[in-house]
Amino acid sequence: MTIPLLEIEDLYARVADKEIIKGFNLTINEGEVHAIMGPNGAGKSTLSNVICGKPGYEITSGSIRFKGKDLTKMSAEDRAREGIFLCMQYPVEIPGVAVTTFLKHSVNAVRKYNNLPELDTMEFVKMVREEGKKLGIDNEMIKRPVNVGFSGGEKKRLETLQMNILKPSFAILDEADSGLDVDALKVVAEGMNALRDGKRSMLIITHYQRLLEYVVPDFVHVYADGHIVKSGDKTLAAEIEKDGYAEYTRER
Amino acid sequence: MNSQKPEIIDESGDKYKYGFVTDIAADSAPKGLNEDIIRFISQKKGEPDWLLEFRLKAYEFWKTMKEPTWAKLNYDKIDYQDLSYYSAPKQKVTPKSLDEVDPELLQTYEKLGIPLKEQEVLAGVVAVDAVFDSVSVATTYRQKLAEQGIIFCSISEAVKEHPDLVKQYLGSVVPYTDNFFACLNSAVFTDGSFVYIPKGIRCPMELSTYFRINAKNTGQFERTLIVADDESYVSYLEGCTAPQRDENQLHAAIVEIVVNKNAEVKYSTVQNWYPGDKDGKGGVYNFVTKRAACRGENSKVSWTQVETGSAVTWKYPSCVLQGDNSSGEFYSVAITNNHQQADTGTKMIHIGKNTTSKIISKGISAGFSNQTYRGLVRVAPKADNARNYSQCDSLLIGSHCGSHTVPYVENRNKTAKLEHEATTSKISDEQLFYCEQRGIGEEEAVSLIVNGFCKEVMQHLPMEFAIEAAKLINISLEGSVG
Repeated sequence: MTIPLLEIEDLYARVADKEIIKGFNLTINEGEVHAIMGPNGAGKSTLSNVICGKPGYEITSGSIRFKGKDLTKMSAEDRAREGIFLCMQYPVEIPGVAVTTFLKHSVNAVRKYNNLPELDTMEFVKMVREEGKKLGIDNEMIKRPVNVGFSGGEKKRLETLQMNILKPSFAILDEADSGLDVDALKVVAEGMNALRDGKRSMLIITHYQRLLEYVVPDFVHVYADGHIVKSGDKTLAAEIEKDGYAEYTRER
Repeated sequence: MNSQKPEIIDESGDKYKYGFVTDIAADSAPKGLNEDIIRFISQKKGEPDWLLEFRLKAYEFWKTMKEPTWAKLNYDKIDYQDLSYYSAPKQKVTPKSLDEVDPELLQTYEKLGIPLKEQEVLAGVVAVDAVFDSVSVATTYRQKLAEQGIIFCSISEAVKEHPDLVKQYLGSVVPYTDNFFACLNSAVFTDGSFVYIPKGIRCPMELSTYFRINAKNTGQFERTLIVADDESYVSYLEGCTAPQRDENQLHAAIVEIVVNKNAEVKYSTVQNWYPGDKDGKGGVYNFVTKRAACRGENSKVSWTQVETGSAVTWKYPSCVLQGDNSSGEFYSVAITNNHQQADTGTKMIHIGKNTTSKIISKGISAGFSNQTYRGLVRVAPKADNARNYSQCDSLLIGSHCGSHTVPYVENRNKTAKLEHEATTSKISDEQLFYCEQRGIGEEEAVSLIVNGFCKEVMQHLPMEFAIEAAKLINISLEGSVG
C-alpha cells in the first residue's frame, strides 16, 4: 500500500517578485526515491528552498502537505523537526562552533520537538564517531568549526553525516554531487543508500546523471520553466545524459 | 518591616533566624562635591592623614580638569554637584521572601543557574553579612589565605592594617593626574578590594570580590589594588553575572595592578550593570580606569572581560610592560543591545625589551546600540623586539546598530613586529537558515553563532565563570532577532 509523504499541488512561488515555480505537482510516497533533473537556472534550488521554508520565498498559490500536515504554515525549524532534511549545495560556515556542538543542538532540538529525551553527551559523541567513520570523517574533523576551511568534499560528507544522524523521513539532496571526486561521491552515495529502508523518501535534485548511477531513483522527472515537463523511470536520466535538455527548454 | 527577622535556610537545610537592622541614618553626605565633603568621607572612614591629603590633592587637580569628549559616546551631561558622594549602604524596604521579588529578576537568576541561597542575597531578601560573614565563609577563606601571607580584604581595612603597602602602591599605576574620572575616583573613592600576594606564593584559589555576592555592594567609586610580588601568581574575578541594579548612575572605578619579577596576574571581569530600558532610558554610566604595570622581568598580566551591562561604557584595561620579557594580554567580549553604547579597548605600552602583547577583542552589537573598539599599541624607543598581535572582530545583529574600530599604533623602535587584523561581519540569513533547517530555533541559532564568535575569549575565563558568562550573553541578546 502506498502512503503519501509529500504532496505538492499546483504550486506557484516567487522570489522577490519573480515567479519561479509555476504549476508544480508532485507526490512522493513513503519509501520512494525521486530525482528531479533540469537545466541550470530552471529553479531547482528554489523548489527545495520553498519546501524547507527558507525566508524570502513566497508561495502565491497551491499547497504542500507533509505527512498530511500543511507545511506552508510551519516555520523552517518545525519543518526540519517534522523530518525534512535539506542536504545543501553550498553549506555555510559557522566560525567557532564545533561540528559536535552544532550537531548536538540540532539532534536535541529535533528530539525535544518529538517528545524524546535529550541524548547524553557520551552517548551522542559515540554515535557521531561511529556514523562519521562510515563516511571517512575522523575525530579531528568533528572538532573543527562547522564547514570552516572544509573542502567541497568535506562539506558534502558533513551534510551526509548530519543526515545519517538525524535520520529524516524525507531528505532533499540539492546538487549533492557537486564538488565531489568519484571516491567521495561513492562514500556520500553509500551514506544516502544506508538511509533507504523502504519507509524513508528522498528527492534528488541534480543537473547530471552521475549521482543517479550510485543512488538509483524510482522515478525521474524533468523540470523546466517552473514545473515538471516529463516523468519516467531511471532510463529517462540516461536519455537526458545523451540528448541534453534542449528539447525541454525549447518546449515552452 | 525591617525589624522582622527573615528566615533563611543554610546549606544543611536547617532553618535559622537573623536580625540585621542597624541604624545608619546619620551616615550620608549632602549632595555636592567640595573639600568638606572629602574631609567628611575620610573622617567617616577613619583614614590617616596621608590618605586625606591624597584625596585633597586629587580634588584640587580635578577642579582643573575637563571631562573628556573624545570617545564615541552620547550621554546627558553629568552634574557633579548634583551627586551624593558618600552614603552608607542604603536601607531599602526589603522583600520578605523570594515570592515578593520581581519575577522577571528571578527568571534571570534561574537562567543563569544561580543557587537559591545566593538568589536570596542578590534579591535583597537576606543581607550579605547575615549569610556570609556570620557563617564566616569569607572569614574562613581569609584565614586560609593568611596562612600563606596572602592579604585579601577591603581597601579600607588595608589602609588600617597594612598602611605601608597601600601607601607604597596606591596611585602608583594610575596616578590621580591620569584622567578626569580616575582623578574623581582618587578624591572620593569609597571602597574596593586589596590583594597582596607575597614572594613565591601561588594563590591556591580564584579570588573574587568576596565571591559573587559582595560585588553587588562595591558602590559607585570602587578602588581595587592588586600587588603580586616576585614569583607569585593570582587569578582574580571581579563582578557578577546576575543583573546588578544600582540607583547610582555614575560609576567611576579604578583598578591598579602591580606585577613584579616572574609574577603573573589574571584578572577576569563580568560587567552586568543595569543597561537602561529598551528605549534607552536610565542605566549606569561606567567610566573605568584599569591598568596593570608589569614592573619585573618576565612578569605577565592578562585582562579578560565580558561586558554586557551599562548604558554607557568607557573602559580601556591597559598593560604597561616595563620589565624585560614581560607580556600583556587582553581578551574582551563586549555586547551592546537596544540603546547601549560602549567605547572600549586596551592600551599596550611596550617599554622593556622583548615585551609581547596580544589583543583579542570581540564586539557584538544588536538593536540600536553603538560600539567602538579603541586601542593603542605603543612601542618606546628602547623596547627592542617588541611584539604585538591584535585582532578585533565585530559582529552585527540587525541593521540599526553600529560598530567602529579605532586602533592606534605608535611605534618608535625599528625592531618591533606589530600585526593587526580586523573583521566585521553580520549574522547572515544563510547561517540562520542553515541552523533552522537542522531544527535549531532562531534564538538558539543566534546564541550558538554568537558563542562561537566569542569562543576565543571565553576560553580564557575560569571554568564556572565561563559557563555563566555564556548564559549571560544569551540573555543579553534575547529579543534581538525576529
